[in-house]
Amino acid sequence: MREVELKMKERAAELLQSGEVARVIGWKKGEFYFDPTPAVFESADELDGFVYNGFCGANLSKYLIQQSKKEGKTAIFLKPCDSFSFNQLVKEHRIKREDIYVIAIECQGKLDVEKLKEKGVSAVTEVEENGGEVVVSSLYGTVTLAKDEVLLSKCETCKSKVHQVKDEEIVFNEMQAGKKDRFEMVEKLEAMTEAERFAFWKEQLSKCIRCNACRNVCPACSCIKCVFDNPASGVAAKANDSEFEEQMFHIIRAFHVAGRCTDCGECSRVCPQNIPLHLLNRKFIKDIDTLYGEYQAGETADGKTPLTSYTESDAEPNDVMNGEAK
Amino acid sequence: MLKIAKERLNELYGKIAQTQGLFIPVKKAGEVNYAIWGEGKEVSLETLKTVKSPKNMFFPQTENMMKFKTEGKNIDIIDMRDEKRPYVLFGVKACDYKAIEVLDKVFLADPVDTFYKARREATTIVTLACSRPEESCFCSVFGIDATAPAGDVTVWLDNENLYWQSNTEKGEALTAAVKELFTDGGEAEVEAQKAATKEILQKLPFAALDLSRFKPENLNELFDDPAWEELSEACLGCGTCTFVCPTCQCFDIRDFKTNDGILRYRCWDSCMYSDFTLMAHGNSRTTQMQRYRQRFMHKLVYYPSQNDGLYSCVGCGRCVNKCPQHLNIVKVIKTLGGKNDD
Repeated sequence: MREVELKMKERAAELLQSGEVARVIGWKKGEFYFDPTPAVFESADELDGFVYNGFCGANLSKYLIQQSKKEGKTAIFLKPCDSFSFNQLVKEHRIKREDIYVIAIECQGKLDVEKLKEKGVSAVTEVEENGGEVVVSSLYGTVTLAKDEVLLSKCETCKSKVHQVKDEEIVFNEMQAGKKDRFEMVEKLEAMTEAERFAFWKEQLSKCIRCNACRNVCPACSCIKCVFDNPASGVAAKANDSEFEEQMFHIIRAFHVAGRCTDCGECSRVCPQNIPLHLLNRKFIKDIDTLYGEYQAGETADGKTPLTSYTESDAEPNDVMNGEAK
Repeated sequence: MLKIAKERLNELYGKIAQTQGLFIPVKKAGEVNYAIWGEGKEVSLETLKTVKSPKNMFFPQTENMMKFKTEGKNIDIIDMRDEKRPYVLFGVKACDYKAIEVLDKVFLADPVDTFYKARREATTIVTLACSRPEESCFCSVFGIDATAPAGDVTVWLDNENLYWQSNTEKGEALTAAVKELFTDGGEAEVEAQKAATKEILQKLPFAALDLSRFKPENLNELFDDPAWEELSEACLGCGTCTFVCPTCQCFDIRDFKTNDGILRYRCWDSCMYSDFTLMAHGNSRTTQMQRYRQRFMHKLVYYPSQNDGLYSCVGCGRCVNKCPQHLNIVKVIKTLGGKNDD
């Protein structure tokens, strides 16, 4: 990954120095190896803290809504999964393709520091990536872990290693797709009885603290004003009033992004209570695939979408409810 | 000092729960938060940081305050409080205990928040010393000793035993109720653990943060510092940092029409939200930078200037762990705090 980082930094400097772009969106170094922060660089001098490593899991595309409205062109580094979100934002007219210079970057799966801690490693001071291994140093000793065991959940089931959009590419090595089937857990939930499924979601959603991180990070949640932020609506985004409210919030959100969610997995990555929110979205994705034919949001920035276009062969709602639709 | 073998802790919990509610870190759907104890609950005292802090016990995320019923020109105000049953809050870490002191100064100052006060008075707090602090911890910067927290009772935990020391009258009363389960001893083990933990605490990466610039006289200078723009750039405007924070104390009060009259309730608010302190004219803070700055200025400048220099950050590090984009108070302190961090 080091060679990728160096090349990215070099290209960012060139683009800023030549004036081709006014800003570059990437990541900057945090306090540790494992906490880089999304950042906007406006001059080559600012690039000292530029970083790209195994902990750059954040999807940067949503920052374009604000940043690309500014004067001049904006360059952005996109991993394959982030490029789906980019296309979706273009499709929904949230960003303009011509305002942005897309640099497609290599991704070998991103790591989850919480999973390191679940392995009993705490007081982590350094992390070193070494091919398929991750060497973690802490105040309590050094441990070597297999990379597959500490991948972000969204990376375990990575749907594609193909960039859907790019102006140039920084990829040195072949990228490995996810090893797990992304619909496995959805199928498990489908196989449950209604009562079991209800109990599963009730337990998970009752952890919700209404921080709205899932909504605010979601590239599909790009409403200028969210219905839950409207004090006149009778519901409040911050009031975790009852179990019912939490279910309502998450289910409404899942419905609103249905057909538009690219399955970038950011909702589950950011949830402070680790609620597997992406499973709600994946259920919709699976249903759309079944009822309307294979569809992946963000594969292209134009064209019709299953839930916003009508064809005579569309599934009948009643049949869907009764489980008879094909 | 008293001690009890670790494998007998369930007996201790059961004994306490016979007469009082027991709130303790419990694992549910993979995450550990304070919850009421019952048979079969998976207690996790080893978890260093619960996701939500124990402030929830005194200052719940949501609570109903009163109901109004109107009939003609009369309004009936119905107090919805139940009588507070005594309860025990068990396993509070030193940082979270200090945070209760921070909250007390707000809620118990005139005018007293009677909802908060009733819960505080009904509670006996059992604190738990830390033995495995982690990289995001920086309580020592605020003068907190993680190895010997205060509280009504202090306990220490090692691989074999839990050691118990009562500190107050409330603590003595609780001790008397459970004493039959304990034997004497443990001083040497506790001293050894304290020494080992102190060594780790010194080595923690944030142990030497410099707060010297956060003083009331620097308020304007800090407020106007251009660094806030860059510090807040990646902020999503979510409420994670405020809702996991043990000292964040802002709340909103709203009235809702229900089928059964009007319900007034309050819930935690977050200065990160666009409707925070929303007034008729609009919002006083129109950008995310301003909201972000508010949070840290409150913790490090405004609060201490009104409370004899006491900061309203306790270094628990929850925001360091939980911010989706890794923004946090440590980065603010390092950027604006003082010479040591330049």
